[in-house]
Amino acid sequence: MDTEALEKLVMGLEAQCRKREQADRAAVDVPVSALEPLMRKLRNEDPLSFDLLLDHTAIDHIHEGLFEMVYLLYSTRHGHHLMVTCEIPRMDSIAPTLSDLWPIAHWQEREVFDLFGIGYDGHPDLRRLFLEDGWKGYPLRKGYTDPDMLEPA
Amino acid sequence: MSVTVRTLDELLTPPTAADSPLSTQEYFVNMGPQHPIAHGSLRIILLLDGETIRKVIPVPGYVHRGIEKMCEHMSYRKIITLTDRMDYLSALMNNWAVARTVEKAAGIETNSRIETIRTLMAELQRIQSHALWWGVLGMDLGAFTAFLYSFRDREIIGEIFEETIGARLTMNYIQPGGLMFDILPDFAQKVKKLLAYMRPMINEYDTLLSGNAILQERLRNVGILPAKDAVALGCTGPVVRASGVPYDLRKVEPYGVYDKAEFDVVVGTKGDCWDRYYVRMEEMRQSIRIIEQLIDNIPEGQYMVTKYNARLKLPKGRFYGQLETARGVLGVFIYSDGNGDTPYRMHFRSPNFNNLWAVTQIAPGWRIADYIAIQSSLDLVIPDIDR
Amino acid sequence: MTLAWLKIMAVVGQPTWEVVTVADRASASLESRWYVAVAYMIVALVAVAAMVVALGMGLIYGERKIAAHFQCRMGPMRVGYHGILQSVADTIKLLLKEDIVPARADRVLHLLAPFLTLVVTILILGVIPYSPLMQLADVSIGVLYLTALSGLSVLGLLLGGWSSNNKWSLLGGMRAAAQVISYEITATLALLVVTMFSGTLTLSGIVQSQAQGWWVWRAHGVGVLSMALFIVAATAEINRTPFDIPEGESELTGGFHTEYSGLRFAFFFLAEFINMFVVSAITVTLFLGGWMPFRIGDWESFNNLMGLIPPSLWFFGKSAVMVFVMMWFRWTFPRMRVDQLMRLEWKILLPLGFCNLVVAAVVILSKWYFFPV
Repeated sequence: MDTEALEKLVMGLEAQCRKREQADRAAVDVPVSALEPLMRKLRNEDPLSFDLLLDHTAIDHIHEGLFEMVYLLYSTRHGHHLMVTCEIPRMDSIAPTLSDLWPIAHWQEREVFDLFGIGYDGHPDLRRLFLEDGWKGYPLRKGYTDPDMLEPA
Repeated sequence: MSVTVRTLDELLTPPTAADSPLSTQEYFVNMGPQHPIAHGSLRIILLLDGETIRKVIPVPGYVHRGIEKMCEHMSYRKIITLTDRMDYLSALMNNWAVARTVEKAAGIETNSRIETIRTLMAELQRIQSHALWWGVLGMDLGAFTAFLYSFRDREIIGEIFEETIGARLTMNYIQPGGLMFDILPDFAQKVKKLLAYMRPMINEYDTLLSGNAILQERLRNVGILPAKDAVALGCTGPVVRASGVPYDLRKVEPYGVYDKAEFDVVVGTKGDCWDRYYVRMEEMRQSIRIIEQLIDNIPEGQYMVTKYNARLKLPKGRFYGQLETARGVLGVFIYSDGNGDTPYRMHFRSPNFNNLWAVTQIAPGWRIADYIAIQSSLDLVIPDIDR
Repeated sequence: MTLAWLKIMAVVGQPTWEVVTVADRASASLESRWYVAVAYMIVALVAVAAMVVALGMGLIYGERKIAAHFQCRMGPMRVGYHGILQSVADTIKLLLKEDIVPARADRVLHLLAPFLTLVVTILILGVIPYSPLMQLADVSIGVLYLTALSGLSVLGLLLGGWSSNNKWSLLGGMRAAAQVISYEITATLALLVVTMFSGTLTLSGIVQSQAQGWWVWRAHGVGVLSMALFIVAATAEINRTPFDIPEGESELTGGFHTEYSGLRFAFFFLAEFINMFVVSAITVTLFLGGWMPFRIGDWESFNNLMGLIPPSLWFFGKSAVMVFVMMWFRWTFPRMRVDQLMRLEWKILLPLGFCNLVVAAVVILSKWYFFPV
C-alpha cells in the first residue's frame, strides 16, 4: 500500500488523527486521548495489521514545551511502515501504555521513561532502565544538567 | 491518569513459600555484570525454584554511555565513529545504517561501486560475526575448543579489513556519501582466497559441534519461541527467522546491491535454540554465496561522491532508515530541525535491545543450564543494548 | 640382524614376576627389626607425597599443553624451555596467595572440604599396583576398597559447596553430589565384571590374572562394554567434561570451588588431576593389564621383546594414554545438562550395566569362551 492510501486509511480510523508533515514515510499525529484506541485498531484491523512495533522513542521540543512521542510500526504481512506521533505537554508528561498490545512496548516504554521522564499509565513495571533507581533527572531532556558528567555545550 | 514508579529493590523482596508441591523456597540468583556467560556487562537476576527459572529480570545499563545524547552535539560524520561502538561485531553495518539514512534524507546518491563495496564488507562482517557467535556458543556450552577455532578463522577476515580500512574492530569506514578509503587492488583476490578457505571450515564447524549428540540435546526443543510471539516481542534478525517469519530486510526492502545477488532467506520451523543455531550456520553459507557473486564484478567509479569536509545539512523532518545487521534490524531515527549539521534527536532502534526482552518470555520454566543455551542462541551484544 | 635379535629373544625367555609390596616388607621385618618397618612406612609416605606433587605438576602442565595443541595454539612457552616450569610457577603462586574464607561461611567445613577430597585421592593412590615391586599395600578387599573410597569423595564436594555461603557454590555442590552418587553404581557394576572373571578382589591378583591377555579382549565383548561403561562413569565421578556441570564454568563460575583461593584451591585443583590419574590407573589395572606387557598367544619372541620393557613403564604408559583420552574428551565435547546426565545414568547406563553383569556371569559359568580365561 503506498504512502497516501495508507495515511488516508489510518486517518479514517480515528477522527482526531491528522497527517504529520515533515516525515519520510506515512505519518499521522494523534492527541494522547485517542492514542490507545488508534493503536488497537492499527494492530487488529486487517488491511493494516501492524504486528511489529519496531521502535518507540520521544523528541524533546523544549521551546514548544512538549514531548513528541514517536511510534514506528511495521506489518510483516503487508510490508508497510507507519509512523505515529503524539504530543504531550512537557510538564506532567503522562501517556497510556501500549504494553498489552505489543509486549515489546513494555521494554521500550521503560527506556523512554528512564531517559525522558514520560510516565506510562497502566505500565506493569515502570522502573528506570539504564540508570540507577535513585537517579535524579532525565538525561535526554534538552535542559538536563549534570555538573559532574556534562560540560556545558 | 496516574503513574506508579517502582524500584528494583521492591522486585527483589524474597518471596514466601512457593506453591510447588514440594514446598521449596524460591530464591534470587544474580548472574551479575561479571560472569563468564554475560557476554559483556549485563546483569540478569533469576528467580529460581530449585533449578527451574520462575522469572528473569534483566538489569541493563552497565555499558550505557549516552550515545544518543552525544549525537545531538556531533556532526553526522562524527556520529559514524560512535556507531562502531554499539554493536561492535557489526560495526560496518552500523556505519552503513547511519550513512544510508543521512544519504536518503539529504538526497545524496551514491554510485554502484560504493554500494557493491558496502555490500561486500557487510557480508564479510556478517560471516565474521556469526563465526564469533558460534565459538562463544560452543564455549558457553562447554566445548571450549570451538572458541579458538572460530577466532582463528575470524583473524583472516580481520586481516582483510585491516588492510583496507585500517582497523579490526572500530571501522568508521562507511560514511554518508561513500567510503573512507578505496579498496586495494588485491582485495578481490584476497577475498576469494578467504572464501575458498571458509567454505570447508563451516563444514568443519558442523562436524565439530552441530553433529554432536550432546549439543543437539542441549539445543533441540529448548526455549521455543513461536512466530507470533517473536514478532510481538519485537525480535528481528535470525531470532525471528528461526521462529518461522521470513523477515529479512535484504530481501524485503533491498538496499546496497542485494537485489543483484541471488541468495536464500534461511527460515526455521520451530523457534527452538537449535533453529536459531542452524539459521546462523546457514546464513554464513548464504553470505559466502553473496560475496562470490559480487566479488568479480566490482564496478569502477569514485569511492566518495561528496567532499569529505563538506557539511551535511539535513532538511527539517523525521527520517528513519534501517539495515539488517548480523543480529537483527538496526534502525536509525533522525529528527533534524534544519539548522546546523547535528541532529536535534537521534535514536537507534537497536536489535539487541529488542531481542533481550524475548528472553524474559522464553526462559521461565526452563533450567539454569537451558538459560545459558537460550541466551547464547539469541546472540546478544551488550553495548548495543545499553548504547 | 633382526633374525639374530629374535634368536636371542627366544633364549632369554619370558620374565616371571613375583609381587612384593612395601607393606609386605614392612610387616616381614616388624617383629625382628621394628625400626626397619618404621623406615619402610616413612618411605611409603614420602613416596606418596612425592608422587602426588610430581603427578600433579606433570599432569597440569600436560593438560595445558594438550589443550593448547588441540586449540591450535602453543600453551605455556615462556617459563622454562617450552614452559616446563609453568607448574612450578603456578604452585608457588598458589602457595603465596591470601587465604580467604567468605564472611558468614561455615569456617570449619570450609577449611575441611579440600582436605577430604585430597585425602580420598591419596588413599587410593596407595593401593594401586604400579609394578610387581612398586605397590604400597595390597589390600585384600582391593576392588571393594576402591568403590568405598570413591563413595567418600562426594563429601568434599558437598561440604565445599555448602560451606561457602554462596548460592552458586551450593548449586554446584548439590549437582556434584547427585552426579557422583549416581555414577558410582555403574562404575561398580563395571568393576564387578572383571572381579568375576579374575576371581579375586585383590588388585595385584587381578593384574596377575591378566598374564594370558588383558581383560578388555579376553572377557569377550563383555570386557569391552565394561571398559566403556567404566570410562564414562569414571569421567562423571571425577567431574570432567562432558560431566563437569558441578563446576560448569560458564554457568557457575567455578561451582563448588568458587570461593576457594590459595592453598586450599590448589588442593581441589590437584585432587581433580590426581583423580584423573587414579581413574586411569584403575582402568589400566582392571581392564588393560596393569603392569602386564602386551602378549600375543604363543609368539615367544614377540612376548620376550615386550617383556623386556620394564613393567612400571608399561603401567605408566598405559595410564598416560588413558589420561590423554580423558583430556581429549574435555576439549572436544560440550557439557551435558544435569537432568540429561542423570537420565543417562539411571535410564541407560544402569540397565546396560546390569545386563552386562548377567551376561558376564552366564559366560563364566557356562564356560563359553573363545580365549582362555
